[in-house]
Amino acid sequence: MNLGETLRLLSPELLLLFTGLVVLIVDLIWGDEEKKTIWVPTLSLIGLGAALAATILLWGTPPTTVVAMMAVDPFALFFKLIAIGTVMLVTLAAIPYLQDRTPYRGEFYALLVFACLAITLASSGTTLISVYLAMEFLSITSYVLAGYLRNDMKSTEAGIKYFLYGAVTSAVMLYGMSLLYGATGSIYLAEIGRMVAAGGSGLNDLTVVAIVLMLAGFAFKIVLAPFHQWAPDTYEGAPTPITAFLSVGSKAAGFAILMRVLLTALPAFRYDIGWMAFLMALSIISMALGNLIALRQSNIKRMLAYSSIAQAGYISIGFITLVSNVQGSFLGMNGTLFYLFAYLFTNLAVFSGVIAFESATGSTEIADFRGLVRRSPLIAGVMMVGLLSLAGIPGTGGFLGKFFVFGSAIQFNTAQTLTLALVGVITSVIAAFYYLNIVRYMFFEPADEDAQPVVVTTPVKVGLAVTTVGILAIGLYPQPFIDLATQSIQMLGMAF
Amino acid sequence: MEYLLTLITFTPLLGVLLVLLVPKDDERTIKNLGIGISFIPLVLATYLWFAYDKGQSGFQFEFIADWIPAINVNYHVGADGLSVPLMFLTALLTTLGLIYSSYTIKQRVKEFFLLFLLLEMGMLGVFMSLDLVLFYVFWEVGLVPMYLLIGIWGQPKDRPQYSAIKFFLYTLAGSVLMLLAILGLYFYHGTFDIVQLSQGLGSEGPLGLVFGGNSALAIAAFWAFFIAFAIKVPLWPFHTWLPDAHTAAPTAGSVILAGVLLKLGGFGMLRIALPIFPEQFKFYCWDVPIIPILALLSIVYGALVCMAQWDLKRLIAYSSVSHMGYYMLGVSAAAAGWGVSSYSDAAAMASNGAALQMFNHGIITGGLFFLVGVIYDRAHSRDLALMDAEGNPLRDKDNKVLPAFGGLGKMTPYYYGIFLVTAFASLGLPGLAGFWAEFFVFRGAFEIMPWFAAFGVLGIIFTAAYILWKIVQYLFLGDFNLERWKEVTHDAKLTDLMTFEKVTMWPLVLLMIGFGIYPTPLVDFFNSFAQKLFGG
Repeated sequence: MNLGETLRLLSPELLLLFTGLVVLIVDLIWGDEEKKTIWVPTLSLIGLGAALAATILLWGTPPTTVVAMMAVDPFALFFKLIAIGTVMLVTLAAIPYLQDRTPYRGEFYALLVFACLAITLASSGTTLISVYLAMEFLSITSYVLAGYLRNDMKSTEAGIKYFLYGAVTSAVMLYGMSLLYGATGSIYLAEIGRMVAAGGSGLNDLTVVAIVLMLAGFAFKIVLAPFHQWAPDTYEGAPTPITAFLSVGSKAAGFAILMRVLLTALPAFRYDIGWMAFLMALSIISMALGNLIALRQSNIKRMLAYSSIAQAGYISIGFITLVSNVQGSFLGMNGTLFYLFAYLFTNLAVFSGVIAFESATGSTEIADFRGLVRRSPLIAGVMMVGLLSLAGIPGTGGFLGKFFVFGSAIQFNTAQTLTLALVGVITSVIAAFYYLNIVRYMFFEPADEDAQPVVVTTPVKVGLAVTTVGILAIGLYPQPFIDLATQSIQMLGMAF
Repeated sequence: MEYLLTLITFTPLLGVLLVLLVPKDDERTIKNLGIGISFIPLVLATYLWFAYDKGQSGFQFEFIADWIPAINVNYHVGADGLSVPLMFLTALLTTLGLIYSSYTIKQRVKEFFLLFLLLEMGMLGVFMSLDLVLFYVFWEVGLVPMYLLIGIWGQPKDRPQYSAIKFFLYTLAGSVLMLLAILGLYFYHGTFDIVQLSQGLGSEGPLGLVFGGNSALAIAAFWAFFIAFAIKVPLWPFHTWLPDAHTAAPTAGSVILAGVLLKLGGFGMLRIALPIFPEQFKFYCWDVPIIPILALLSIVYGALVCMAQWDLKRLIAYSSVSHMGYYMLGVSAAAAGWGVSSYSDAAAMASNGAALQMFNHGIITGGLFFLVGVIYDRAHSRDLALMDAEGNPLRDKDNKVLPAFGGLGKMTPYYYGIFLVTAFASLGLPGLAGFWAEFFVFRGAFEIMPWFAAFGVLGIIFTAAYILWKIVQYLFLGDFNLERWKEVTHDAKLTDLMTFEKVTMWPLVLLMIGFGIYPTPLVDFFNSFAQKLFGG
């Protein structure tokens, strides 16, 4: 492969890298604080937009590998879309949020772009090494971002907690990977897949251990229970735009790695004592525990943390029940991708609302949202759409996401997957209660006498508009998004 | 013509968008716009009523277009004898509700009109849907505006927030199980199309037996659908959301709840549960008669609670439980007679009665809720008796309950007259619309399940008792006691019906009398549906 072709295939990553560096340098050498507040994020958004365009231009390229350890296939491109989209929306919301909170805003945007780069790398890694490095890259930028407000105790706590849990699970995962390498002698996922399928003495036991250890690492990123303990504190303490990023971008990266590693390297270990059963257990625990604990939360960021645990459980259903040999569009895997896409807009709509509210009032207590519809009908309206989408009410993207993953569980049609679907629908009724509880505060409760209107700045307005349109478009006319998801399940080296 | 149904359903959505553009302080424009827009579906639904060819069975004004081709979900709509009257009812009650609300809703007018129109779209959409996914989407879309209507405009003493979420969660809990059943049907039969499923299933149909003859799955799916619909109807013991929601909702909201939302459940039974799962439905109506027993319990329990109830609005709410019990008895009889050729006439008759009960209950109970709103607007109290602190009626030394009102008949004769017609229609007085529904239900049920019918007739006696004794006597008869009125209402002014209240009530009263004297046009609609289903 010639250099030009390689550069073209790597153009999204290169553009992101370039953007991050430019943002850093501009922030460093430009003295005009006033202008910098607007121009640095604008610069970052332009770079992200270019990377987005580059990703879209790569669409249709036949799947291939670059520099021996990175895949350029529709699957990776799909996750690049999600990563860049997330970071763009988060950047928009961060502009008013950072205003009075920290003087060091430039690095924040640069780190966000690097985190985005980390996700694009993670989604395309085809060897154990590249996957691990990308994950570490993502983790380290995330640790810094979570603890970014260093004068804020809660933010510091969020960063430290995230780091401690992250370091441990990362080590555990790395141990799992080394076992896999030891057993097969290869770091290439596809190669490992062939070796494992061929079998051999002692390979089985070792692989099962490796799967369990690696799943711990992946589940940590996805926020599947019981590897979720870091999430509530980190979500609550981190700067809210970062919470939004963790709940969408970081989760999507976890799913990308989970799916690629398991499907390319370990498809042979799907049934029996394989990963399907493990994931099923994690999914059920996440749905039940996330939704039940969310009922009791009084802080909206904590509530959304538990909601994010539960949502991870739902999204996993599609992957657990992916049906390989049935021709048709109800494949669980495209359900998972579709759900992630809808979840991107849904969760970011809610978070944009929370950030706008917090930027103006400084509060994230659910009770303070009372009477919001009087203070800002825009925020209240958009948050309601987002919350209804999280609850899975028809007309929204969230509904169709659930529709597809539950559908694939029913299509799979075993007692276990039917249980999965049943737990899914029952817990989503429970979830409706706490999502609507916020709607209740916003719409039913009167505002305080002296409550001021909440002012929404232009960047946040753009974010709110984009996410709302996204939710409704996916919910009302899903066909193009289904096509997108269906094309994107093409993965290099997938064994089935 | 093929766009007629689409137009009827989505005109309210256009109204929503237009209302959204009006500044919220310009209440007059919002009200006029909302009412004006709501006349469009009403006029179109009236046109539909007359343009529909009752002689022809099957769906008319049918339209089908791709919606989500990847999973074979279509935008498939159509009208038949069952849905045409219900669409008319929806459009009528919405317009009347908006007219009434334009005088009674004082705060957050813009949101009210916006949500009310959105609600209308959801309800109309359910009645026209011929695709399960489309049906489900509309079914749930209506939930959100109703939830907000109850929660925002409910009276604080009726616990509106609690009632609103209870309403929402009950319906949602029922419908998510229905969603699984819908998906199950799709994976077994490859289609979400209601027409294909209801006509193609069966031992000789192109789709084969439902769930390929797997009776466990068929039964599970049947119950999933049935419970989703039974919660909405509501059937005892799934009714507990109803008294709370109906009592807490603002007047127009209660009218729509009782008048239309309950019919969504009833409609689902006849459109989906019975045609797709006739064997299972029949089994639980005939071999193991759980459903008719629940219907009887609804009739009798609802009526007995009404007799013990002192809150007028709650009383009317419970009367819905009892009245929809007749509906369910009719459906049970029809299901029990399904597939038996000697019963086909009786089954069609019972199904006609059930459908008539849906329509008539809509206009009658809708009217009753308006009338409760009238007295509540004046007195700011709905208790029929003077109550002590624990909510028990006060009694005099002869242990007689002290009525809170009484004698309103002399003071407000116009109100009395309208109320009397509506109340008599509700208890099934011959010559008014309510009679025919009960007549057809019992005419059909006596032939198919005489014992159940005989018990069901008991309900009619109770109904007469609570309407005459509780409502008419406590409100209107006796002497008007000015002192007590002042005490109960804190010196409120007692006026007879105002023009807007007359405008709201007269269309309903005319329909009650009109269909009471000459029910044929209505029966013909439902009969064209029943003949197709039961092939009489």
